[in-house]
Amino acid sequence: MSGKFVSVAVNLGLGLLFGVGLVVSGMSNPAKVLNFLDLFGTFDPSLAFVMGGAVVVAFFGFRLATARPAPLLAERFHMPTRTDIDARLIVGPALFGIGWGLGGFCPGPALTAIGLAAPGTLAFVPAMLAGMWAARSLAARQG
Amino acid sequence: MTEFTPVASLAGGMLIGLSAVLMMLLEGRIAGISGIASRLFPPYGDGGLAGRRAFVAGLVAAPFVVAATGAPVMQTVSSNLVLMIAAGLLVGFGSVWGSGCTSGHGVCGLARLSRRSFVATGVFMATGFATVFVMRHLIGG
Repeated sequence: MSGKFVSVAVNLGLGLLFGVGLVVSGMSNPAKVLNFLDLFGTFDPSLAFVMGGAVVVAFFGFRLATARPAPLLAERFHMPTRTDIDARLIVGPALFGIGWGLGGFCPGPALTAIGLAAPGTLAFVPAMLAGMWAARSLAARQG
Repeated sequence: MTEFTPVASLAGGMLIGLSAVLMMLLEGRIAGISGIASRLFPPYGDGGLAGRRAFVAGLVAAPFVVAATGAPVMQTVSSNLVLMIAAGLLVGFGSVWGSGCTSGHGVCGLARLSRRSFVATGVFMATGFATVFVMRHLIGG
């Protein structure tokens, strides 16, 4: 088996696992996300359990995984190294949160929703990809 | 109203965490969806395009796999297309501009105790809460 075939198969499986987690948890349902964000209305605290479960598993799992000298299928770990708090780290998440609060979708759940083909999803996903492209283009221009 | 589902949500969240851990163990990378989705288009930056396409294919297949087990796949999406386009633009631009979204910052970053991810997650949670408050209780309601 070539390395590329293994990588494709592994990523397909990881995407499926991640997506099943999003669907089972309710995170892929914008109505549930918007109710989580509606502290003073129809508050549904379920998504705190999603975040809690994911973060606790990742907290311990990352420590086990990175105790190895290298990952199993790559030469080295690619860890983010920046620690500075710049304007982009405030502006970007601020805009992201507004969009999340308007539509109830963040990127992962929006992608899991494509096949269900709700009109709102089919409007959201191309706009999201266009927004991503715009941010990358602007960032590249700023250097 | 949506039903409070602590058990399913905790279980689903643990699957998300498991996927992120396996991504780190196998590929040595952060499972950040905005990073994966934004680099489906050029410039790719590295040789990982086929892997990213496969990961997204797995995400797209997920609700059908869940449905095939007989479990309900519940989803209510706004049919206000102008609102959803605006939301999509903001989510796409903001997640890439801020170097991550709910997965990269909210799950992987918090688990790594990254200072940047704590800031980013705090900011998008705050504007998310504020936006729903404005839309439902000041404008709508």
